[in-house]
Amino acid sequence: MTTFELNGKTIEVDATADTPVLWVLRDHLGMTGTKFGCGKTLCRACTVYLNGAPTFSCLLPLSSVEGQKITTIEGLRGRVAEAVQSAWDRIQVPQCGYCQSGQVMAAAALLTANPRPSDAEIDQAMQFNLCRCGTYRRIRRAIHEAARTLEAQ
Amino acid sequence: MSSPGGFGRRRFLKVSVLAGGGLMLGVGYLAPRASDAASGPFVPNAWISVHPDGRVVLICPRNEMGQDVRTSLTMLLAEELAVDPLTVTVEEAPPDPVYLNRLMGSQITGGSTSIRDAWEPLRKAGATARTMLVAAAAARWGVSAADCRADNGRVLHGSRSVAYGALAADAARLPVPDQVPLKSAREFSVIGKPLPRLDGADKARGRAIFGIDMRQPGMAYAALTTCPVLGGRVASFDATEALKRAGVRKVVDIGEGVAVIADHYWVAHSALADLRIQWDEGPGAELDTAAIYAQLERAQNRPGALVKHSGDAAAVLGSKKPIRATYSAQMLAHVALEPPNCVARVSERGVDVWASTQFPQGALAAAAQEAALDPGAVRVHPQFIGGGFGRRLDVDFIRQAVAIAKAMPGTPVQLIWTREDDVTHDFYRPPSLQLLSAVLEGGRIDAFAYKLISPSITNRMFPGAVKDGIDGFMTEGLVNFSYDIPHLELRTVIQEVGIRVGYWRSVSNALNAFAIESFVDELAHAAGRDPVAFRIAMLGALPRQRAVLECAAKTAGFAARPSPGRAFGVASLECYDSHLALVAELSGTADRLKLEKLTYAVDCGIAVHPDQVIAQIESGAVTGLINALRAKVTVRNGRVEQSNFDSFPIPRMPEVPPIEVVLIPSDATPGGIGEAGVPLVAPAIANALFALTGTRVRTLPLEDAGVKFA
Repeated sequence: MTTFELNGKTIEVDATADTPVLWVLRDHLGMTGTKFGCGKTLCRACTVYLNGAPTFSCLLPLSSVEGQKITTIEGLRGRVAEAVQSAWDRIQVPQCGYCQSGQVMAAAALLTANPRPSDAEIDQAMQFNLCRCGTYRRIRRAIHEAARTLEAQ
Repeated sequence: MSSPGGFGRRRFLKVSVLAGGGLMLGVGYLAPRASDAASGPFVPNAWISVHPDGRVVLICPRNEMGQDVRTSLTMLLAEELAVDPLTVTVEEAPPDPVYLNRLMGSQITGGSTSIRDAWEPLRKAGATARTMLVAAAAARWGVSAADCRADNGRVLHGSRSVAYGALAADAARLPVPDQVPLKSAREFSVIGKPLPRLDGADKARGRAIFGIDMRQPGMAYAALTTCPVLGGRVASFDATEALKRAGVRKVVDIGEGVAVIADHYWVAHSALADLRIQWDEGPGAELDTAAIYAQLERAQNRPGALVKHSGDAAAVLGSKKPIRATYSAQMLAHVALEPPNCVARVSERGVDVWASTQFPQGALAAAAQEAALDPGAVRVHPQFIGGGFGRRLDVDFIRQAVAIAKAMPGTPVQLIWTREDDVTHDFYRPPSLQLLSAVLEGGRIDAFAYKLISPSITNRMFPGAVKDGIDGFMTEGLVNFSYDIPHLELRTVIQEVGIRVGYWRSVSNALNAFAIESFVDELAHAAGRDPVAFRIAMLGALPRQRAVLECAAKTAGFAARPSPGRAFGVASLECYDSHLALVAELSGTADRLKLEKLTYAVDCGIAVHPDQVIAQIESGAVTGLINALRAKVTVRNGRVEQSNFDSFPIPRMPEVPPIEVVLIPSDATPGGIGEAGVPLVAPAIANALFALTGTRVRTLPLEDAGVKFA
């Protein structure tokens, strides 16, 4: 049994120690918002927060999160998350949508660390989150929009 | 693409009463070659239903893969039904002949056809339902239907009104009107107006359920390893070690590979490493990239099929000294971000399949064949698609899931491919060789000959659809060739090369537009003409095509002569009944090129959901960059050499330039848009590259020629 905190609740999981957190979430816990895209942290569709920092769950072994805090798209809350997701709605970012959980997690982490990022800072933070549909320009617009919303609050 | 099925079918409206008294209305079609068209059989089904509780449901006949089909088709329905599109519930249609895509001849989401196919019948279905609901209200009130009107899900007469739901049962008993007038474009209140995507909020919150997210009670998970050589088979294997692993339930030989079924995916995936498999690699092990292109080269002198011609190109080209060029394009993988996957359950009740698929009918046929059951015993449940791009027109992973699930009757089994499986076992964009020659006369093209040599996807998937050596997908970009040239000869040569090929977003429009639009640029320079003016002079009969070229050039500030370190390239194409032109702006030097901007002008007729038309062009631009810049699939000893996003790179945020899309207002019938943004990217950038550096690159990806994009 491995015990960790998931979206604010302590949970116990019975899975092999090497099972990546991605598959623990998806198969053992039925939380499918976090996506499998590459299995090698090359696309970051599997982005979660480990103790608040963006981490890539497809190569994160269950044994390494014992006693740690994991946040997934299902548990993403707060004013930054709301600003990001409502900007995503206004700019109409998602197309197929498969990468968007990871994009939203990455964008919310960026704005938490840097409330008013420049284009270059957005590029820097988001460059490893792949979108096969090519929604990048809208993602960038939506991050600026969310930053403006947060600034006006 | 062309229309193998054609538009010539008789249409029927079918009305029936739902259990519970609702009104169900669908559009049925006769089979394409019914012996007696007037009395032939039709297949009853439904696209829409109005329920007594007020719910309006669109059974969406096409699959949502990002192209906005759910929202756009809902808008067509809502416009005529007079309901708020945001209140419509959308459900995925199961495979059924009633959902045939007339432009594709099957229930297929592809070819940028969804809006074009649904444009009239779906609006008619909405208008018919509204007419009947109004008639039901009028009868109830004892007034003339002409004095009633419908608005926002209610029928109104003077100060009274009644909700559609309360009229559903009455309406279902009324005769279906033969003729219903449709609104003119001026009367539209939904079509062409802003609307949030119906699936947008869920997708921003991780709530959308894709095929890979499907969960069924008691579901087991499967991982599969297939022969690294395409087409190879399992010779023998030893499952002893794998079966010792806790949680492993079965090891299954499906011929092309060995699957492990386990309680959880990671266990199944890990156990693959325990299998000792001997492969029979087969003849495919001989294949490599050089051999593939050598086969295309050897076909150069085959005449192939004549697709389009005027005058006598051979005579003019033979009597003068033509300008000649050879182009070629790489193989490409689709790399949809959701890897291939499928849940299958085989039981005495038949087969259930839950999958992201662009081809539910093909999924059904494959599942039935694999399970050796009648198609009527198979149920396919299409889910949100995490990227299609043509990959999910193939149903190989669905067939595999059924083959694996057969080993555990009654248990739903989810097969999930790895990214490596996906890149190495794709159906690749065909490799191509393109031969061009032309003669200039008085600053214009007098004679032009083109030959595309490539394997045929359609030969593999729908062999009956290839007639007289013509694959209707290879001729994309040729049958719709825009330029008025006195002596023209456009040909395609089907040459199989031993690699399995698949439809890749925009298919041969991308191959043909790269070669033709680049070569036309070469000819403009040879003639000493401005590449925009050179093209416009050949578009006399096509004012819409001329207008997009002029608009793109003006919007982008196109200048034939570059300023130092900065240059423009242009390309134009009519495809999917839409007209496009693209200007690419490039800066830097050959070893460090920067794409500054892509400017599109698009006339797609009526833009049903304008913001999402723009989104599709933006998306097409990024797919076009995959094709243009550096991605390629190569083969060595029968093995694909790329395996994941490190070796098959797709564009990242910093590489994607500003994309400006100007939509030309139009009241023409809508054209297709899902693929239309793709084909022009490579030629526009190649033409800008020539203007900037003087280097003409005739191969894709462009970086293979030694240039480098930042």
